[in-house]
Amino acid sequence: MTEALLPDEFADLEPWAPTWCLATEPERWELRLQSSMEDLQAFYDAVFPRAEAAIAWCDRYPLDDMPRDAERLLQLLHSLLMVSYAVEVWKQPEVINGGSARIDRIGEPRP
Amino acid sequence: MGRFQKPAEGTWTEHYPELGTGPISFADSISPEFYQLEREAIFKRAWLYAGRMEQLPRNGTYFTKILPGLRTSIVVTRDLDGRVRAFHNVCRHRGNKLLWEGTPKGESCGKARQFVCKYHGWRYGLDGACTYVHQANEFFDLQQDALGLAPIHFDTWAGFIFVNLAEQPPQSLRDYLGPMVGALDGYPFDRMTERYSFRAENDSNWKVFIDAFQEYYHVPPLHTHQLGPTPEAQNPEYEFEAAHYQIDGPHRMVSTSGTYKQAWPAEHLYPAEALTRSGNTGPWDAPDFGADLPGVNPSGISRWGIDNFQVFPNLEILIYERNWFVTYRYWPTSHNTHVFEGDLHFVPATKASERLAREYAALTFKEYGLQDAGTLDGTQMGLEQQAFDEFPLNDQEVLVRHFHKTVGDWVEAYARQQGGESKR
Repeated sequence: MTEALLPDEFADLEPWAPTWCLATEPERWELRLQSSMEDLQAFYDAVFPRAEAAIAWCDRYPLDDMPRDAERLLQLLHSLLMVSYAVEVWKQPEVINGGSARIDRIGEPRP
Repeated sequence: MGRFQKPAEGTWTEHYPELGTGPISFADSISPEFYQLEREAIFKRAWLYAGRMEQLPRNGTYFTKILPGLRTSIVVTRDLDGRVRAFHNVCRHRGNKLLWEGTPKGESCGKARQFVCKYHGWRYGLDGACTYVHQANEFFDLQQDALGLAPIHFDTWAGFIFVNLAEQPPQSLRDYLGPMVGALDGYPFDRMTERYSFRAENDSNWKVFIDAFQEYYHVPPLHTHQLGPTPEAQNPEYEFEAAHYQIDGPHRMVSTSGTYKQAWPAEHLYPAEALTRSGNTGPWDAPDFGADLPGVNPSGISRWGIDNFQVFPNLEILIYERNWFVTYRYWPTSHNTHVFEGDLHFVPATKASERLAREYAALTFKEYGLQDAGTLDGTQMGLEQQAFDEFPLNDQEVLVRHFHKTVGDWVEAYARQQGGESKR
């Protein structure tokens, strides 16, 4: 058994953590575009019902002094939002009518 | 019948009679010769937004900024005495680019006591003075105190740092910005220090993208999903109307009324909007800036949503009712390419829920921005096909009309001044 990435209270989300705990938007964006809708839907269905509790858990810590496991949980929530656009809005990984456009996020706050 | 009061003339366009109401040409967007004229007539004479004062948080800090398409990189410093200065980012010795990270196309920022050229080791203070020449005794008649970095005209307004590439700027920055934009002085831009930054290289003339972001007529057909998940919300035939348009010299603005989604029932929201309490118009839980915000919502519309200030030539400042702001910059790199830069500015998040609300707003910007950007190469292709000479614009596109007229006026004035004929 490898060491848990997420807080014990969110052990049920542990299977998603190695793939979706990503620190930056470019990583999350690329993974969304490379994923099938089945994979995105499965991730969304598993994480969304736990999101409110996960946000409350992360809110117990100041952003600049989070334990590593809570920081990974926050990364997972960032990925949930990234995936939500594919699942809730577009019903496909790509933006509808995005054509050949590309907009890169080159700066963002962390974590 | 419109939802908002139009001026006494009956339309916004006729309120500014110099604009006319006829179809307009977009020949200014497909011509390599016109692109060259724009660079000289506009980009080497107008004040250009280079950065925010918050990028120089302490004495001894600096940042570089490449001005795409203008073969110019600048370095802005706050020297050890606290004075802000701007220089060409070029070593005085052999012209090597002085500061970069990764590659010479990369930007650099941070804290420094001095700048050291990577090539021959010449050093400069943050005040631009040359402080060290390697093997100075090998040179001929070298006067080190005359070898500083080349200063560049710059000025600041409301924490925005502008530069001007003219030998002598024809107007001060404040005179250039005029009363409409200038009225924003005192708006608490400086409190919104948390940034999400974006960059895109687009295959269209720079004006084609500005045109997309200075009218909202396109919103219901192109951004059909934006208002919500329900069929009522997703109505491409919805008649969008902006509440107020205003023009001041080369600058222009539009105010829209707000959607106030925080008051909507849950079934009309995307689940992630309800979860994060955020979306298209920003985090719903806004910081308190008080009631009197200088310069915003100049017509006093009752359900104000967004002010969109188009500062000539290539800066857009979007101020949201939820107390955050966005800047866009558009840098022409050829007649049919440009670099787009977008920065979202928020009061810093203090906890995860606030961070996620900002993240969802930043995601939303990109998702729908990709739809806007997705039209660009198609529009450029269509214009370059020259199937039509002129195009009809409606009253909701009045700012498009004003922008192209202003660009044409500047190019013509420059050509007249040069004594030559504009090749327009």
